[in-house]
Amino acid sequence: MEYIDIIFQETYKILFLLVPVLVSVAMIVWLDRRVWAFVQKRQGPNVVGPFGLLQSLADALKYIFKEIIIPASSNKIIFILAPIITMTLALIAWAVIPFSEEQVLANINVGILYIFAVSSLGVYGIIMGGWASNSKYPFLGAIRSAAQMVSYEVSIGIIIINVLLCVGSLNLNDIVIAQKNMWFIVPLFPMFVIFFISALAETNRPPFDLPEAEAELVAGYQTEYSGMMYAMFWLGEYANILLMCALGSILFLGGWLSPIELYPFNLIPGAVWLIFKILFLFMLFALVKAIVPRYRYDQLMRLGWKIFLPFSLIYVVLTASYLFYFNLLPKI
Amino acid sequence: MKISRFFKTILMTDFIGGLYIAIKEIFNSKKTINYPFEKGKISPRYRGEHALRRYPNGEERCIACKLCEAVCPAQAITIESSERADGSRKTTRYDIDMMKCIYCGLCEESCPVDAIVQGPNFEFSTETREELYYTKEKLLDNGDRWENILAANIKSDNPYR
Repeated sequence: MEYIDIIFQETYKILFLLVPVLVSVAMIVWLDRRVWAFVQKRQGPNVVGPFGLLQSLADALKYIFKEIIIPASSNKIIFILAPIITMTLALIAWAVIPFSEEQVLANINVGILYIFAVSSLGVYGIIMGGWASNSKYPFLGAIRSAAQMVSYEVSIGIIIINVLLCVGSLNLNDIVIAQKNMWFIVPLFPMFVIFFISALAETNRPPFDLPEAEAELVAGYQTEYSGMMYAMFWLGEYANILLMCALGSILFLGGWLSPIELYPFNLIPGAVWLIFKILFLFMLFALVKAIVPRYRYDQLMRLGWKIFLPFSLIYVVLTASYLFYFNLLPKI
Repeated sequence: MKISRFFKTILMTDFIGGLYIAIKEIFNSKKTINYPFEKGKISPRYRGEHALRRYPNGEERCIACKLCEAVCPAQAITIESSERADGSRKTTRYDIDMMKCIYCGLCEESCPVDAIVQGPNFEFSTETREELYYTKEKLLDNGDRWENILAANIKSDNPYR
């Protein structure tokens, strides 16, 4: 009986995290389209429900009832597995995101490493989808996407090292608590900018949406997908974007800490602050989508390898020397 | 690379300027309309769905001169005519294939009695092709339905013809 109790308890916890994440993914898609439309002086989705809030639900319903077409020449098992992997990997990373000091599903001491590992695995879903489709455009899209995600993960890794140097722990809660006096966005501002741009590239958002550049590659690795499988790719993509926003707010914007340690602000629970910060970063994501043109492939690679990588490496050296010289290295 | 350009790149001034414009535009008024709920203004000359008009006494205007049939560049109009008991020439058949029609408005311009006109209606999509083969009954029905607007449009456009 003990096992069953534990299983039920954990399942409740997981559902308590997963359902809000999925609902907020649906809402965030609406927000994204709406902001995009507003910047372009359009109305955006505003028919289904108040202000079009239920648009994503209507879309999901449409996807569920659409036929799933599996190309005859595709590798069926991998073709079906690819969207499942993408979505699962995007969702399991949420397990270690702390919403407050106690509200975290798995408070493991290698949290940041876990997120980094899971988001690196995300490439597999895309490569599998592109390869298993057995078609030109998905294949080219998948190759581009893999190259892009691998290159930008390197710079994200080094940016994370910067933060870890200041914290001395891989636990996400420790990272948040270490920002009690000063958010890391202040001393590591250039790193925050590079992190944000790398996160755009990591999640295949404009201006780095080369894998699904619709003018060249139809829809990239998603070209052959339809119905619920396409919707799963789409859910995974937006869950990943939210995850990157959450990671950005934990690493640089103080996670669930309130911006001012004063009486009225202390009462607001940490989860609300984290959600505000995620939303703020997501608004930036959405605005950037609306205003920037797409990068050329060689420019993308140049930016990743020749500018971000050396710059963040130099910044690691600077941070380390500063911490060492002023004897500020965290005590473990 | 010039120094100024270098600083421009590092500080991303162009990007931040773009972001500022984007945020400003969010609060500006929207240029698009909620189409099915509100519609844009249509000129009196708008060339939409066809209609055959009648005189106020109910007599159909068309005299079967077949000028529209002759002028139609897409050959979408088919007319057959015969003499009626009172000696006037009237159409027995007046078909427009709305899928051939290119909505050029030449039929309307060639008509000496303002019988065939193109009205302001553009929402006449159908689910089958057959429904778009307009017959004389359908066109006359259109004329009866839109007569007020059609008459007003022709009157307001008259000084410019």
